[in-house]
Amino acid sequence: MSEINREAVAHLARLAHIEMTDAELDRMAGELDVIVDSIKSVQEAAGDDVPATSHPIPLTNVFREDVVGETLTNEQALSGAPDSADGRFKVPAILDEE
Amino acid sequence: MTAVTDEILSFDEAMEKYDPVLGFEVHVELNTKTKMFSAAPNVFGDEPNTAVSPVDLGLPGVLPVVNKAAVEYSIMIGLALNCKIAESCFFARKNYFYPDTPKNFQTSQYEDPICYDGYLDIELEDGEVFRVEIERAHMEEDAGKLTHMGGATGRIQGAEYSLVDYNRAGVPLVEIVTKPIVGAGSRAPELARAYVAAIREIVKNLGVSDARMERGNVRCDANVSLMPKGTTEFGIRSETKNVNSLRSVERAVRFEIQRHAAVLDAGQKVTQETRHWHEDTRSTTSGRPKSDADDYRYFPEPDLVPVVTTPEWIEELRGRLPEPPAERRKRLKAAWGYSDAEFRDVVNAGVMDAIEDTIAAGASAAVARKWWMGEISRRAKEAEVDPVDVGVSPELIVELDKLVQAGKINDKLARQVLDGVLAGEGTPEEVIEKRGLAVVSDDGPLLEAIDAALAAQPDVAEKIRGGKVQAAGAIVGGVMKATRGQADAGRVRELIFERLGVQG
Repeated sequence: MSEINREAVAHLARLAHIEMTDAELDRMAGELDVIVDSIKSVQEAAGDDVPATSHPIPLTNVFREDVVGETLTNEQALSGAPDSADGRFKVPAILDEE
Repeated sequence: MTAVTDEILSFDEAMEKYDPVLGFEVHVELNTKTKMFSAAPNVFGDEPNTAVSPVDLGLPGVLPVVNKAAVEYSIMIGLALNCKIAESCFFARKNYFYPDTPKNFQTSQYEDPICYDGYLDIELEDGEVFRVEIERAHMEEDAGKLTHMGGATGRIQGAEYSLVDYNRAGVPLVEIVTKPIVGAGSRAPELARAYVAAIREIVKNLGVSDARMERGNVRCDANVSLMPKGTTEFGIRSETKNVNSLRSVERAVRFEIQRHAAVLDAGQKVTQETRHWHEDTRSTTSGRPKSDADDYRYFPEPDLVPVVTTPEWIEELRGRLPEPPAERRKRLKAAWGYSDAEFRDVVNAGVMDAIEDTIAAGASAAVARKWWMGEISRRAKEAEVDPVDVGVSPELIVELDKLVQAGKINDKLARQVLDGVLAGEGTPEEVIEKRGLAVVSDDGPLLEAIDAALAAQPDVAEKIRGGKVQAAGAIVGGVMKATRGQADAGRVRELIFERLGVQG
């Protein structure tokens, strides 16, 4: 039990740049823990003979030929942007990586 | 920016005490027509946010589809780096939150790269060969381009906001990662440069990348750590980003070795961090320390199915590989019979291909080298262009050489003929005609000029008579001057000795 504790949720929130109150952290820790526990039952069902599977559909090599298709116009591209300037998306300066 | 000047040790002292360990991550932008996961064009320099599709912008509901050519190019790079090619591999999401990636993850490969376990033999300038082991080469996508506005120098420090152009987002990348490189010693900076140069040359030769470092087609992150001499445990490394010219790679590695050495000498621990290279100050500054922000929570990309290779497919791609540049050089050097130094000069001057073409057009290896390394290189230097851009074709060289061989012109006149041809005065034959440049082969006028030269320098004439044949140079010079260089110097020499009755 208790795969997801309060610290784990706080860590994830920090990575995701999401601000959470103490009350929210507590609530989320509880909810996520239940979800992880539920999914765990899959592990119990699969024996050692079942390899970890990321893609359950037996499909491989879905490729596209290297041919140029449609693009958005600059106006279309920026139409959903909260803010823009000089044809580009305008975002707050974020001190992370140069 | 906090102006911290790092202490550094002299390189020699650093080398006395420590052995450097290097590692490189080189990102190669592929020159496919379209992006890695969308059909938007892979272009450079277009108007911002016009070479984008909903996939590149990470709009809701979109699905990526893998570009087959990008997979094939990646496999070709792997084969050129002597890698094994995975029978099956898949993509993974590398999660991080930064505006250069609108999806909030970069589609990359994590657990199983398409290429792994390779090597590349790097030849240093003096011919010493150093084997660099390749850990992996995996497929991923490039990020958008951020421009920081309002700061003093376009750096993020002090910036008020940033502008984002997603034209580059989704451009196919291959990231080539080396295993730790041990044992390079004081040649580490040189090896760093040679390694990146070799990667650049290989991908360019394969035709899978434009390989222009100034455009960011080939980008290098250099890892450096030191271990005290006689020990074998790796030290703490720094990762220097933003080293995007061959010269910078060499200098950055050198600087980091010196900086680490000073830190260790002071009894301190090297901080594991990202460093930024600054070409202007030729030093690195601290970026950000490794932190929990590097927790990328990779997981298999659910929207893309695995890539499976077959031996037939791999062999077909192997068949497309051109001769590796290093092998080609070895072959040409042997075929042309140049010395090590001669061949190195040819390669450094960037005229190897031109010489190959000139020989194919009918010139001898010696003649081709003489022209490209001599007259054409001289003109290139004067005009501040590359020799191949001087405007001399292999065919023209062959034509001029034939005229020299036939005794119609000499080397000096050939240069004047070249002047005329480059000035648009016609073919070499026409220039000779118009400028009256043919060698004077009739002995009559030559004898007249010789007699005049001997009379003008009686002391020299006396020396020659006395057996000092090397003194004849002064008379030959006088004759050449008198005939405006149109005499055959060899014939003049013979005639002088004949005239004076001595054996040449």
